[in-house]
Amino acid sequence: MINKLVSTVSEAVSGVFDGATIMIGGFGEAGSPIELIHALVDQGAKDLTIVSNNTGSGEVGLAALIAHKRVRKMICSFPRTANSTVFPELYKKGEIELELVPQGTLAERIRAGGAGIPAFYTPTSFGTPLAEGKETRIFDGVTYVMENAIKADFALVKARSADRYGNLIYNKTARNFGPIMCTAAKTTLVQVQHFVDLGDIDPEIVVTPGIFVQHVVVVENPADESKLVAENRRYPW
Amino acid sequence: MVEKAELQGWDINEMAQKVALDIPDGAYVNLGIGIPEKVAAFVPEGREVIYHTENGLLGMGKTPEAGKEDPELINAGKKAVTTIPGACFFHHADSFTMIRGKHIDVCVLGALQVAANGDLANWSTGEPGAIPAVGGAMDLVAGVKTIYVITRHTTKTGESKIVKQCSYPLTGKAVVNRIYTNLAVIDVRETGLFVRELAPGISFEYLQSQTEARLNP
Repeated sequence: MINKLVSTVSEAVSGVFDGATIMIGGFGEAGSPIELIHALVDQGAKDLTIVSNNTGSGEVGLAALIAHKRVRKMICSFPRTANSTVFPELYKKGEIELELVPQGTLAERIRAGGAGIPAFYTPTSFGTPLAEGKETRIFDGVTYVMENAIKADFALVKARSADRYGNLIYNKTARNFGPIMCTAAKTTLVQVQHFVDLGDIDPEIVVTPGIFVQHVVVVENPADESKLVAENRRYPW
Repeated sequence: MVEKAELQGWDINEMAQKVALDIPDGAYVNLGIGIPEKVAAFVPEGREVIYHTENGLLGMGKTPEAGKEDPELINAGKKAVTTIPGACFFHHADSFTMIRGKHIDVCVLGALQVAANGDLANWSTGEPGAIPAVGGAMDLVAGVKTIYVITRHTTKTGESKIVKQCSYPLTGKAVVNRIYTNLAVIDVRETGLFVRELAPGISFEYLQSQTEARLNP
């Protein structure tokens, strides 16, 4: 019998190892799997490469993981956001690496990683500092930049509902990077608010087919990151 | 000097209105963060425009009432928004397929500098030690069919933002189609910059004196 449900977030992240590459869903706080990230802080894996659009805010969620010096390198498109202080401080001290990637290129590199495509050509970034040193090629008179796929050991994703096969639906703009990250990681860990019976999700509206998901954990009432930041909370509490 | 510059020509709302009038009925539009967002308020009656926000929503509506914000319903500036009837959500690869695949008709962006050939710099001043952040700007200028820039004509210290060559790191090469400033509306063509409209009380000679790049009347 297939049942991807695990009972706790700590069980979900127990296999994460030092040096792992981890994709973390979310665009700002929308879709950020904050309880899974906190479980990863507790779990202790270090020397991580994190692929995520931003670098977290305050000292909770991804920012907490960075504050605890678990992250060697960030691959992201926008490392500065409101209330983002942890990453900038470490970056200025030279204690964390940054690979800056245009947002759409980041998405496509992840999509390609999940789709078995090692590299692709994109018009994005040609003629800018972010294309320096990269292979280019002309198609129909337009110059394109070659970009490599990104694959990960783990993906941490937040969705709204899952069944025991791991089929997922998301919530509004919290979907963002979730579906593509699920496809690009060897082990995808998903926190959901609702665990439903097989068949409860109409097959026509499944967003992530369960084949891309390894473990599901229920977090009924996920924390609201901006509230925690406003209250100056710091993880671990 | 700065005071004087702020009083010249059109104000921000008038600039946004100029942009809105140039967006055709039925267009799919992406508005950049900040001043470009103001354009939505000036779409003329009778035109239906659909707003795309690159974090994954087509059919973005107005800002919600206070107290009705949903942290999982936001725009690219991470501000709370609403959906219109007929809206849809999608993941990031689909969102940038819309952008890079040339399905979005118009993008309105701010600028640090625009060059005479349409080069745009709007993501970094290249200051040493500054933390670089690019977001979706490079994808938007590479993929959207028409790129409008809305910006003050000069910087706060009075330097021209329309230059012969950008000194800041580029966002994209030869990507801008039209520039809306407080002093004028300027078309970017292969043969150079052409003034389309002057703000009230602004002469071509004065506009040229405030512009590093050469203008054509």
